[in-house]
Amino acid sequence: MTERGVWAYAVTQEPSVAGQLVGVTGVATEPVRTVEAGGLVAVVGAVDLTDFGEEALRRNLEDLTWLEATARRHHAVIDAVARSGAVAPLRLATVYRDDQRVAAMLAERRADFTAALSRVRGRTEWGVKIFARSGAGPGAEPGEDSTGGGSGEGGGTGRPGTAYLLRRKARLSAQREAQRETVNQAEEVHAVLTGLVEAAHRHPPQNPQLSGERAQMVLNAAYLVDAARDDAFATAVSDLGGRHPDLRVDLTGPWPPYSFADAGGERP
Amino acid sequence: VTPETGRPSPVRVERAAAVPVEEVSAVPVERSSPEPTGGSLALVDLLDRVLGCGVVVTGEVTLSIAGVDLVQVSLRALISSVRVAVEDRPGEGEV
Repeated sequence: MTERGVWAYAVTQEPSVAGQLVGVTGVATEPVRTVEAGGLVAVVGAVDLTDFGEEALRRNLEDLTWLEATARRHHAVIDAVARSGAVAPLRLATVYRDDQRVAAMLAERRADFTAALSRVRGRTEWGVKIFARSGAGPGAEPGEDSTGGGSGEGGGTGRPGTAYLLRRKARLSAQREAQRETVNQAEEVHAVLTGLVEAAHRHPPQNPQLSGERAQMVLNAAYLVDAARDDAFATAVSDLGGRHPDLRVDLTGPWPPYSFADAGGERP
Repeated sequence: VTPETGRPSPVRVERAAAVPVEEVSAVPVERSSPEPTGGSLALVDLLDRVLGCGVVVTGEVTLSIAGVDLVQVSLRALISSVRVAVEDRPGEGEV
């Protein structure tokens, strides 16, 4: 027997959203639809709890292939909703028993959603990631790990091992100094950008294994920008990048306002 | 403006070790647009948002998965996938 649940994607106030959702499918490739309550519209889809129930989710979220496919489908729906107006994206894996409970949630959180939607209306999110261009590339000295023997032998000062260790120490300290400087520069960029936008949010640095990025990430931020100022913001990012040759500045977006729809979003 | 339309491409963990790092030196800013299809959208940037952000709704109405720390869960997924897909890099002394 298969039990059905309701996966929720986003909340909006736009009555026209249903028109944007024709042909749009969700995480289970199901057609998405709307649930309305108190002037709010939740965009949802019916899912099989065999795959999307609590127990299955715990298991599936550990599967990166599943996670990627699901994340991209979840995003595709939110992106479609964003085309009709202000949207509050819901976190991945928000699942209800039925439509009545979705409606109850809308009623219960009405004030939060209304505030969130007015905060993001007419604005989009841009991501800025900053990496150190210089910085210690891993594997710079591949031979390094074979040094183990030195420590146990009570080294005299003339030993080659000691000179090596001193050199290594000096190099590491120079690297740390360079890193500090890079972090400071990234903070400056963040401060300038924060002054230009409605709100800013810092994500934790990305996992290098997931990003495939070997350069050190020194900033992973999101900015909420007035639609009218998108170009000015992009230009500012570009200028700042040019002014800091030690930094590599990546701009991503525009995104639906993921980082600013929750009440906890920090203000500049 | 860069003609490098391919970057950043969707990063797949299977290829993580092979992603070139220094090929972008001439251009200070990389720009990429998320698309509904997710074609040019880096998974890592998407996970920052769909797992780390978005409105969190908790309470009796949701299934209890809402109480799980999704970022931790997915990080475990990631780490186990990477271990399988990529040979461990030679250990780097952390000091």
